[in-house]
Amino acid sequence: METLEITVINKVGLHARPAAAFVKKAQVFKSQISIENLTKKTEAVNAKSFVKLLSIAVDRDNLVRITAEGEDELQAIESLKELFNNNFGEPVGE
Amino acid sequence: MKSYQGVGISAGIAIGPVFRYETETIVVQPEESSDPDVENKRLEDALQKATRELEEILEKARKDLATGSNEAEIFDAHLMLLSDPDLLDQVKENIYQHSFTAEYAWYKATEYYAELIGAMDSEYLAARSADIKDVAQRVLRHLVGDSDAACRLITIPSVVVAKDLTPSDTVSFDKSKVLGFCTISGGPTSHVAILSKALGIPAVVGIGPWMDELTAGREVVVDGFSGKMILDPDQATIKKYKQTASLYEESFKKALESTKEHAITKDGRRVEVVANIGGVEDAKTAVEFGAEGVGLLRTEFIFLERETAPTEEEQVQVYKDIFAQFGSNPVVTRTLDIGGDKPANYLKIPEEMNPFLGLRGTRLALARPEVFHTQLRALMRAGIGCNLKVMFPMVGTVQEVRDVMSHVNQVKKDLATEGVPFKENIEWGIMIEIPAAAVMADALAKEVDFFSIGTNDLSQYTLAADRGNTNVVGVADAFDPSVLRLIKMVVEAAHANKKWVGLCGELAGDGMATPVLLGIGIDEFSMNPRAIPLVKQSIRRFSMATAREIADHALGLATTADVRYYLKSFL
Repeated sequence: METLEITVINKVGLHARPAAAFVKKAQVFKSQISIENLTKKTEAVNAKSFVKLLSIAVDRDNLVRITAEGEDELQAIESLKELFNNNFGEPVGE
Repeated sequence: MKSYQGVGISAGIAIGPVFRYETETIVVQPEESSDPDVENKRLEDALQKATRELEEILEKARKDLATGSNEAEIFDAHLMLLSDPDLLDQVKENIYQHSFTAEYAWYKATEYYAELIGAMDSEYLAARSADIKDVAQRVLRHLVGDSDAACRLITIPSVVVAKDLTPSDTVSFDKSKVLGFCTISGGPTSHVAILSKALGIPAVVGIGPWMDELTAGREVVVDGFSGKMILDPDQATIKKYKQTASLYEESFKKALESTKEHAITKDGRRVEVVANIGGVEDAKTAVEFGAEGVGLLRTEFIFLERETAPTEEEQVQVYKDIFAQFGSNPVVTRTLDIGGDKPANYLKIPEEMNPFLGLRGTRLALARPEVFHTQLRALMRAGIGCNLKVMFPMVGTVQEVRDVMSHVNQVKKDLATEGVPFKENIEWGIMIEIPAAAVMADALAKEVDFFSIGTNDLSQYTLAADRGNTNVVGVADAFDPSVLRLIKMVVEAAHANKKWVGLCGELAGDGMATPVLLGIGIDEFSMNPRAIPLVKQSIRRFSMATAREIADHALGLATTADVRYYLKSFL
């Protein structure tokens, strides 16, 4: 099992395009991947589900925990981390 | 035979069968089924059809919308919802555990998430909630077999009748099958108005609550000139309209032959005839139809339907692409003109009771200087080597002009300090669309280089009637003597200060208004590109002396009807 705790610095949080990008990326992997919003103390939800990700309402500056379990768990976490670090391909904004 | 009166928003005549485009929301009530496998199969089929439909729309949107990658993304998110594992699990549970029909199982699950996500205090999530509902309806339409609702199913050339049309509806139509548009609500500024005109499809909006009578397949005539719609026309009526249509086409064709030549009155005064455009595609159409430049470049398209503000570089590129189409001809560019009624979440425009009297146009620019500065910088940079003029929308007072110009000077200073090259000698103007600005035109003329009169908003604000409100259709008429008198005041004030005046509202493209506007002294007529050939023809038919007499007489009339009746005789 691999986990990653990371703060969302993206301007719009994980609501719009970044959310879609996140889910798409998660769906690439075979591992079970979940995400929970630590700031809002939500439950861990399936990271491959767009509606579930939206339901934990990740805003800017929220801390999330991503957990992957399965054969490609390491790659999954690395790859999602990279997505966060590249700010989902968007400028960070002011 | 029955006739309905609406507002003609796109010239031309269409005769053909009704195609009803319905977007009523489908609400499903709980219902059980004895065979879950059948329900599951029905669901799978509907999901598959919806997926294919969305893939087509997505592809079409990417093709149709030159700069529409952001708009296209909406459909991408819709596609994701159709294959969402948790959402589908819940639907299947509803089918297999609770024995619900496919319709209710799908409806219940999507409503659950739409409500859950919509209840959170976030504009973005509210928009996603709307996406879920939108996608839910698409699947439901397939499930309940209401296939007529899908606009792609228009198979024979027809007149599209709808309550109203959204942007996503409009990209979906096969344009070769649409003879005309007719909407129950909507005014001359609605989306269908802009679209139908750009496509040259006759259209009438705001015919009132008669949708039920307009059943599919019944023959109708859409008269985009008079705003009439006729149901079940008799042979004589059809014949009459066919004649009008062919006469119009003939005169349009004839006008098109000379549209690349200047519009000069009989006594030798040249009037500039330019285009209103809202994107790169329009720019090409404008040139094709004989525009001698641009009198109104709407820049909203760069800002709408996206989650973050466009960057300076992005804007520079878009402006350059458009300016390049016009060589040394003028391109009057209007800075961002939006308010609380338009979706641009990142601008954080507060929800307002009355957005048309709220934070919009230049007021918004002054309240969001970072967005405004970026646009000014991009315009000044892109304007190098082009005949760029810039104007500001929704200006009401001299103070606002001074505030705006101090931002302009600040941006100039910034660019100079940074050593970034930009166009120095830009003409700066304002739109005259608030009655206060028309009344103060003499003072405003001392502050700017030119005026451009926006008659759509000027009529709406002068007559205090929303042009999109079907209960007050026809009240906000630019032919009302009050509006014409304001236009005259503005032109006189500008000319006394040696400034020029353009007119970029619907009125400029209406041949009936040509002699009055000439007579009042409008220097530049700016209109939808397709109106250019006929208006040029019309200008050539008058001398300035005659036009002045006509204008004097028209401005002395007491009612809109009198003005229209009088001007009709010169058509």
